[in-house]
Amino acid sequence: MSGIADYLAMGGYARFVWPAYGVAAIVLVVLWVLSHRRHRSLEASVRALEPEWRREAP
Amino acid sequence: MSWHALASPARFMRYSTRIRPWAVAACLACTGAGLALGLFASPPDYQQGETVRIMYIHVPAAWMALFCYTAMAASSAGFLVWKQPLAEMAARATAPIGACFTAVALVTGSLWGQPMWGTWWVWDARLTSVLVLFFLYLGYIALAEAFDDPVKGGKAASILALVGFVNVPIVKFSVDWWNTLHQPASVARLDGPSIDSSMLTPLLLMALGFTFYYVALVITRIQALVLERRVRALQQAAAGM
Repeated sequence: MSGIADYLAMGGYARFVWPAYGVAAIVLVVLWVLSHRRHRSLEASVRALEPEWRREAP
Repeated sequence: MSWHALASPARFMRYSTRIRPWAVAACLACTGAGLALGLFASPPDYQQGETVRIMYIHVPAAWMALFCYTAMAASSAGFLVWKQPLAEMAARATAPIGACFTAVALVTGSLWGQPMWGTWWVWDARLTSVLVLFFLYLGYIALAEAFDDPVKGGKAASILALVGFVNVPIVKFSVDWWNTLHQPASVARLDGPSIDSSMLTPLLLMALGFTFYYVALVITRIQALVLERRVRALQQAAAGM
């Protein structure tokens, strides 16, 4: 158990190391989710206006 | 077939949809391996201790900040010279990704600077030029969105992207040209990397992971821009009938 606690303590630098990983994960995941949500809603709009539309159309 | 037809939005939609899952898979594989090596297998630094693990995020994010801006400026040049709309969309799709990588580089750099330099921030050449890079991304996004006509916005923003490119070599060489707290390059050196392979491998894996993240996400974002213009054209056609 103390092995895990030691590891998480990062030699006393836990409050610098983990926020660095956290910030990167949050920023990259949020941008990813927002971009895909927008893509989905635009694809739905095109389908509503043009029912025969397909993403991989020739 | 002409080069313009080859780069048509319809062809782009078709091929990019096929490429995208491979980029996602490569991103997950490289980032997963990079995190495993960086967080568990790699040793603490003999001077910096465990804070060296911030490097596996900070350095790839900073590389991507410069890579995205370079891609944005090159696409903008392609748009201004050849009037290729897909090039403008590529630049426009890249800007928010570059801005996010730059923000990550700035924040993680600050979190690394405090324990190692004793300060969160210093107005030296490297840090200031990266902050300028961040504002160039924001300026590009604001300008591109400022016009009702996306072609006009694209043209103005493309010029800003090209003018701002002068900042990219300044960021890269700032650590050699001026005195700074920031350490000089230790990977992209003429005499080879000055960093042990136990740290270089996770660093390069994370950089590859971030690159594939960019490839997958820029495809999604360019597709969204193609769809957005399609919606606009269909709405205008419907209104004209």
